[in-house]
Amino acid sequence: MSDVTATPAAASAPQPRTAKPGRRALARFTSNRLAVFGLIVLVFFLLFCFLGPLFYQTDQVHTNLAEASLRPGERGHLLGTDDVGYDVLGRLMIAGQTSIIIGLAAGVLATLIGSFWGAIAGYVGGWVDSVMMRIVDAGIAIPATFLLLIISTIARPSVPLMIVVIGLVSWLVPARLVRAESISLKSREYVLAIRAMGGTHSRAITRHIIPNSVGTIIVNATFQVADAILLVAYISFLGMGVQKPATDWGAMLTSGISYTYAGAWWLILPAGFCIVLIVVAFNCIGDGLRDYFDVKGRLK
Amino acid sequence: MSTLTKTKRPRGNIGTFLARRIFQSVIVILIVTLIVFSLLHLALPQGPALGVLGMQATQEQIDAFNHKNGFDLPLWQQYLNFLWQLLHGDLGASFTLNKPVSVAIGQRLPKTMALALIGMIVALIVAIPMGIYQATRRGKAGDVALTAWNFVIYSTPSFFLGLILVIVFSQWLRWFPAQAPQGSTVGEVLSNPAGLVLPVLTMALGIIATFSRYMRSATIDNLSEDYVRTARAKGTSVTVVVTRHVVRNSLTPVIAMLGYYLPVMFGGMIVVESLFNYPGMGLLFWSAAQTSDYPVLLGCVLIIAIATVVGSLLADLIQALLDPRTRGELA
Repeated sequence: MSDVTATPAAASAPQPRTAKPGRRALARFTSNRLAVFGLIVLVFFLLFCFLGPLFYQTDQVHTNLAEASLRPGERGHLLGTDDVGYDVLGRLMIAGQTSIIIGLAAGVLATLIGSFWGAIAGYVGGWVDSVMMRIVDAGIAIPATFLLLIISTIARPSVPLMIVVIGLVSWLVPARLVRAESISLKSREYVLAIRAMGGTHSRAITRHIIPNSVGTIIVNATFQVADAILLVAYISFLGMGVQKPATDWGAMLTSGISYTYAGAWWLILPAGFCIVLIVVAFNCIGDGLRDYFDVKGRLK
Repeated sequence: MSTLTKTKRPRGNIGTFLARRIFQSVIVILIVTLIVFSLLHLALPQGPALGVLGMQATQEQIDAFNHKNGFDLPLWQQYLNFLWQLLHGDLGASFTLNKPVSVAIGQRLPKTMALALIGMIVALIVAIPMGIYQATRRGKAGDVALTAWNFVIYSTPSFFLGLILVIVFSQWLRWFPAQAPQGSTVGEVLSNPAGLVLPVLTMALGIIATFSRYMRSATIDNLSEDYVRTARAKGTSVTVVVTRHVVRNSLTPVIAMLGYYLPVMFGGMIVVESLFNYPGMGLLFWSAAQTSDYPVLLGCVLIIAIATVVGSLLADLIQALLDPRTRGELA
C-alpha cells in the first residue's frame, strides 16, 4: 500500500502546467481587475464586521427606547438608530458577522458534501451513479427556500442550524459539476495505474479524483458562498432567520421595511447595499478564480 | 462536456431517449415523495391527528382518528397509502383552511402561474435582444455596462430590488401601487394591470440578469462557428448572418434553460408574493409555514417538484428534437 504513494501522481498539489506556475497564476488572478475588486471588498467587510466592533462600541443586546428611531448623525449615531434603539452602524457589523459566518460555513459544507457525492457517483458509475444522481435531481426539484421554511417550522433557527440546513440544501450543484469531472478523470492513465497497482477505490477518489477537480471545486465554492449569503437574507425576509437580539443583514433590512413610508432610508439601504456588495464581491472572486483555474464553473 | 460523452456519443433515436427520460423522471418524483413523506414524519412524529382534531383532543379520539386513517400502520404501509392517495389527487386536508389541500392549491396555482408567465415573457422579450446585442458588441462599452448591471442585479436579493422599486415608483413617483391586485380568480387579478407592474418588474429584472447572460454566451459560441465564417465569406452581411442563423441556433439552449430554471423561479415567487402580498401559491406556502400547516406545505412542495421534473423533461425533449447531438449527453 505505502509504495503506491511513490507513483508520479503528485496530485496533492495541483498546479497549472506552466514554468513558474505560482507566480504566473497569481498574475493571471490579479490581472482580472474585477477579482481584485472583489478581494478588496471582502477584506474590507471582514475588517468592518470582525474588528469594527472593537473601535466602534455599541450595545447590540439591550434595547433602548429613549434612543429609538434617531436620524443619522443624531446624538453621535453615525447611521442613526432603529425602532428599538440599536445603533445601525454597530448593528451592521454584528449582522455582517452572522451573514458572513453562515455564508462561508454553509458554502464550504455544501461544497464538501457535493464534491464527495459527485466524485463517488462519477467514479463508481453504473446503477449507483444513477441512483445517486436521481437523488440530486429530486433535491433540485424542491426549491431551497421552500425546504428551509419547512425545516424552520420544525426547529428554532440558530447559526449552527442554519449552516447545516443551508449546506444540506446547497450541495446539489457542486455534486453535478464534480461528477462530470470524476467521469472524465477516472479513465486517465494515472488513476488506472493506481488501480492496477492495487490501490483502493477510496484512495483513487480521495487522493486523485478530488484533488484534480480542485479548480472546479474551489470556483464553485466561491459561488456557493455568494448564494448562501443570499439564502440567509431570504430566510430572514421570510421571518424564519436567527432570533433577536442576534441578527443578519437580511433581518435588519426586513425589519426596516415597515418604516419605508416614514422615509427611514437608513434602516433599509445600508443593510441592503452590504448584502449586494458582499455577494458581488464573492461572484467577482469566483470569476477571477475561474480564469485562474481555467474551468467552467458557471455559464460565462 | 466531459471527454467520455464526447468519445461515446450514441445517436439514440428519439423514442428510446424519451422512454429512458420518462422512466428517470418517475424515479425522481418517487424520491421527492419519499423526501416529503420523511419531512412530514420528522415534523409530526405522532401523525396529523392533533393538527386535524385540535390540541384538546383526547387520547381516545386520537387513537380512533389514527386507526380510521391508517396512521397506526407500519411506516412503509403508510407510505404506500400516501402514494395511493397522491395518485388520486388527494393531498390531505389543511389543518387551518378548512378545505382539502388540493382545493387550496387549485385556487392559488393559476394566479402564481399567471404572474410567472407574464414575468417570464417580459423578461425574455428584453433578455434575448440584450444578449445578442452584447455578444455582437463583445467587450465594447455597451456590453461591459450591461454585464456589470446584470452582475449587480444578479447579486441583489429580490426583496431588496422590489423594495427599491416600491420606493421609487410607488412612494416618489406615485405611478404604480405597492400592493399587488387582490382577487380570487386570475381574471380579477389581471383586470388590475397597474398593480401587477412592480411584482412583474421585480421578477423580470432577475430573470433578465440570468437569461441575457445565457443568450450572450450562446451567441458568442455560435459566432465563432465555421458556418458563420462561410456565410460571411460568401458575402452575407453580418446582420443577415446573425438574424437568420446565429439567433436561431443560440435560442435552442436558452429555451431549454427555461425548463431547468423552474425551481429557481418558484423559489423566487415566494419572496415576490410575500413582498407585494400577491395572493398566489407562494403566499399560501408562506402563511402555511406561519401556522405549521404541514399538509399545505408538503402539497405545495410536491406540486412544484412535479412541475420542475416535467419542465426539465420537456427541456431535454426540446433540445433532443432540435439538436440530436445532445441525446446521448443528457441521459
